[in-house]
Amino acid sequence: MAIRVVKPGMLTTVQDAGRWGYQARGVPVAGPMDLVSHRAANALVGNDRAAATLEVTLLGPELEFESERVVAVTGADFDLAVDGKPARINAPFLVASGSHLQFLKRKKGTRAYLAVSGGVTTPIVLGSRATHLVSAMGGHEGRALRAGDRLPLGPPHVNASSAHAMDAPVVPLPEGTVTLRVLRGPQADYFAADALDVLQSAPYVVGANSDRMGFRLAGPRLTHSRGADIISDATPLGVLQVPASGLPILLMADRQTAGGYPKIATVISADMSAAGQLGPGDTIAFVACTPREAMAALIAQERALMAIDA
Amino acid sequence: MTAPGPHVPRIVAAGDAALVVEFDERIDPSVNARAIALAEAIQSASLDGVRDVVPAYRSVAVYFDPLRIDFDALVQRVEQAALMPRTAPAAARAPIRVPVCYGGALGPDLASVAAFAHVSEQDVIRIHSAGTYRVFMLGFVPGFAYMGVVDASIAMPRHATPRVRVPAGSVAIAGVQTGIYPADTPGGWQLIGRTPVKPFDPRRAEPFLMQAGDAVQFYAIGREEFDQWPSA
Repeated sequence: MAIRVVKPGMLTTVQDAGRWGYQARGVPVAGPMDLVSHRAANALVGNDRAAATLEVTLLGPELEFESERVVAVTGADFDLAVDGKPARINAPFLVASGSHLQFLKRKKGTRAYLAVSGGVTTPIVLGSRATHLVSAMGGHEGRALRAGDRLPLGPPHVNASSAHAMDAPVVPLPEGTVTLRVLRGPQADYFAADALDVLQSAPYVVGANSDRMGFRLAGPRLTHSRGADIISDATPLGVLQVPASGLPILLMADRQTAGGYPKIATVISADMSAAGQLGPGDTIAFVACTPREAMAALIAQERALMAIDA
Repeated sequence: MTAPGPHVPRIVAAGDAALVVEFDERIDPSVNARAIALAEAIQSASLDGVRDVVPAYRSVAVYFDPLRIDFDALVQRVEQAALMPRTAPAAARAPIRVPVCYGGALGPDLASVAAFAHVSEQDVIRIHSAGTYRVFMLGFVPGFAYMGVVDASIAMPRHATPRVRVPAGSVAIAGVQTGIYPADTPGGWQLIGRTPVKPFDPRRAEPFLMQAGDAVQFYAIGREEFDQWPSA
């Protein structure tokens, strides 16, 4: 009951909903860059939301299944094939024992999620299977997959086929400039009075040296009013920290637990999965919103996810 | 939001899934103690929807699921916890004693710290191991404790250009901070020695050697003792 990695792809990692509860000890949360697509993939194969999936980045893997499984792929739009025959994204399908699942051409988006009925059952470290690359924790030996790796699977569900295919992906894939809504703070008062307007004045480009820890952004520079150092404090997902250069860094899944740069604004939870679909060269338009809008967007997203197992 | 007052911390939203409780803006053991006490109070309240409580030097971050707990309701609960009379602090844990093999190949910056302080290497060792340090917070990588306050005479700033790889176990100084690198990572602190004990080991029954609020003392060991230290 395992998957054998024939070709690893560019950066394929085991991820679950994240390693919560240990940030006070300096342990990063990690987890999927696009949490919503990860959850959708699990729902399509009948897994509960705690199950681990594979996060596939830009260039997908080829995997051999040692036992028959229902699987689903969501997120970035890849052409898929099982033993050379096309398979559908955003819908459950069966992979027979001994068959090969191949990720082929990527058409849109950066990260896809492969859920397998029963989940990937690599060892649990501090309550989670999420891979954190920098601290070499979780997942398969704390690292990205390599050719020849064998990933254990949990017992498959019998009712996996009851889930609906998705009419459309829940997470919008980047096409042109992507709008990400932000809430002011937590340290907006460390910036010039017009900094939040400057942030929204022109798009930012995701830099080449961007990864699961964060996106370095190029665009309008933000002016500090009280220097670029704060007494280190917590760094939530989606926060825009601004070092002395004035160029913001959007903190993503593998971010450190704390940091010493002022943070002007925070991307709303409902837009973080869309952010997770961005890669180097993509552009972002930041737009300030209200807490009420943030909440409404999150509820709408949750409804769309719930419709998958309805 | 709450207006800052003499003893009322300020509560600010950090996006829609976290809030931060801020105490006085300084690195100070008494401010840090208030943050840690509040973190413990929130943690022990076991509020539904709270996912993580993270104390730092002068603040506490509370991560929550906005679909399970309302921001305003959470702020109220946090304010209640902040205003609650402090129960007698649990008996402080005994200081954690950490063996260090100072200098030589294991502490390549000991000589430059001595030059910075205009004292001998032996003096640096004596000064560093004489202090009792407070763990203000953990961060950077799993199990990394930010400790202070290092005696001003040996408080050498970090390197302008960080090393690409600092070996695990390195004991280091950066200004008035001292710390132990739990894993091989890049790092810019001044390396004065190395400890054979592991600040973080996921295979240990208690994976973390330290928690925020702990007291830590260092003591010198020789190279032979370092090499023969039982790896738990």
